[in-house]
Amino acid sequence: MDLFEYQGKSLYQKFNINHPKSKLIKNIDEIEESIDLNFPIVVKAQVQVGGRGKAGGIKVAHNSTELKQHSEEILGMDIKGHLVEVLLLEEASNILEEYYISFTLDRSEKKYLIMLSAKGGMDIEQVAAENPDDLVKFHVSPSEKLTSSTISELIHEANLNQDYEESLSEIIQNLYQMFIEGDCDLVEVNPLAITDEGVMALDSKVALDMNAKYKHTYFEDLEEEIPIPDSEKYAKEKGLNFIKLEGTVGIIGNGAGLVMSTLDVVAENGGKAANFLDIGGGAKAETVSSALEVLEADENVKSVLINIFGGITRCDLVAEGIIEATKGKKLVWPIIIRLDGTNSLEGLELLKENPNDKIFIEGSMDSAAKLAVEKGL
Amino acid sequence: MSILIDENSKVVVQGLTGREGQFHALRNRDYGTNIVAGTRPGKGGENVDGIPIFDDVEKAVKKTNANVALTFVPPAFAKDAVLEAAFGGCELIVCITEGIPAKDEAEMYDILKKETKASLLGPNCPGLISPGKANVGIMPHEITMPGNIGVVSRSGTLTYQAVYELTNLNIGQSTCIGIGGDPVPGMSFIDVIEKFQADSETEGIVMIGEIGGTAEEEAADFIKQYVTKPVVSYIAGVTAPPGKKMGHAGAIVSGNKGTAEAKIKALTDAGAEVVRTPTEVGEAMKGAING
Repeated sequence: MDLFEYQGKSLYQKFNINHPKSKLIKNIDEIEESIDLNFPIVVKAQVQVGGRGKAGGIKVAHNSTELKQHSEEILGMDIKGHLVEVLLLEEASNILEEYYISFTLDRSEKKYLIMLSAKGGMDIEQVAAENPDDLVKFHVSPSEKLTSSTISELIHEANLNQDYEESLSEIIQNLYQMFIEGDCDLVEVNPLAITDEGVMALDSKVALDMNAKYKHTYFEDLEEEIPIPDSEKYAKEKGLNFIKLEGTVGIIGNGAGLVMSTLDVVAENGGKAANFLDIGGGAKAETVSSALEVLEADENVKSVLINIFGGITRCDLVAEGIIEATKGKKLVWPIIIRLDGTNSLEGLELLKENPNDKIFIEGSMDSAAKLAVEKGL
Repeated sequence: MSILIDENSKVVVQGLTGREGQFHALRNRDYGTNIVAGTRPGKGGENVDGIPIFDDVEKAVKKTNANVALTFVPPAFAKDAVLEAAFGGCELIVCITEGIPAKDEAEMYDILKKETKASLLGPNCPGLISPGKANVGIMPHEITMPGNIGVVSRSGTLTYQAVYELTNLNIGQSTCIGIGGDPVPGMSFIDVIEKFQADSETEGIVMIGEIGGTAEEEAADFIKQYVTKPVVSYIAGVTAPPGKKMGHAGAIVSGNKGTAEAKIKALTDAGAEVVRTPTEVGEAMKGAING
């Protein structure tokens, strides 16, 4: 889960990572009250999209008039389709040097990867492409600790200012702790800056590993602050993996791979999927009826394709869910069903015993996709 | 022959007393798999449908000579369970558990590699089946048949789909393996394909991949260099919406790799036949082994 900049910075607080003093506001009135920050103040739009600076979402205010003016301008602004609902007001730092640092998992190496560069504050992808030597990459074995001597070597190798080695080393160690103990998928700081108030993390790009939610109570609080599209709210409540797309064929399947493949096969047959909906492994009857309810909310859906290959998911339970959700109902769209795998015969039998003139059973993924596209025309 | 498991494999099930564990372990046993033990701390001495329960894997291995562990324990305990199985003496650990934190997976993999000789399949995988011999995991055995094609896949349900297409055309399988789609999988495509290449009774290989990561591209390099058997491949996600990028760091690490196009191109260049839908896997393999 990607965090807003201010959320990432709230984690900086937790892990003792030096960052500028700031205040969060959601409406202009909050500025009228004493904000307890020293000018100049940077007004930063909180959106989860790159290029907000160029779009006018970051401005420096030198006095209260400018602060109000900039805040009014940016709050409510649309940045590449993202509405600005929250502003981060932050004391401006007097920057002496800007660096780049990130911590992530390198899936190919199965190790943690630290990337460090003295060329921060700019497009790091460009630095990596044009001057790869300016980007120091270092892998850490997951069962080992990051030692201070390693950090010291990295600081030297990346040519960071050695006058600040001690505080750089401390902030790097703390960021690494945040990455590991905080179960982050990504911690990226650009710039990590030397300012006249010391070394500070001026920006934050953080993604959390939601599989670790059970370890950290604050994951849920952060999650609640991130707006989700109305179309995805209900699905989320029901624990379904749902993404809205632009087409007309509603898709329900089990397993991300099979659902992705179903989108492809629908496209091969000339149709377009209305969504991605994975009911996951071990789905029960209730899961399937919730999935159908989610699709009912989408007016674009003209037909629904249920593609199940049972493994841990039992086809008879899926069939029960379909029957439960559709029994005695006048269906708004035809449902095309394909069931194979664990308990598929029992599932198909149940569907035959409870016929519905808008439910069609097909024997293969291809023929089911084809029919779903035809029925949705 | 088959790879990794056969009729001589002895399986200890971690989490046998849970709902999923019990359902699938008993299915595996009904299929003929030697399910010799289960574990559950504090329940040693009890049994599940005649399968003896031990407090830990080491005790189970001592008593039953189990050499394969099948893990169904919840995410919070999965890392410890897998390590317990490895240090307890199992050669192969099949971890079905979904939702393990990435840091746990990374640490678990690192310790296994450095301190044990055990191989890990998964986590978050459907397991593996050597048709007619043993089924260790949650794959529906009804769709398989004994034969000479090796199947390896990142996605559970797509594995079933591909196997089903083969069986429908009367093409049997030596072993079918789901490696799982988590950030740090134990066995990779390469580990499995290497074994299929070395297995005298595997005549062809089906590899099912999907968008994201670079595992398919790495497998393509390996296939190009070392694999002489025909390879049929399918990559899911050609029309999927672009996934989220892990910041700039993710972009730097993966570069242009990870898209369906990049994977299809790498595999085609490596000499694999890449089909456009999973239903074409069977016909393509039929052509490859007869042609």
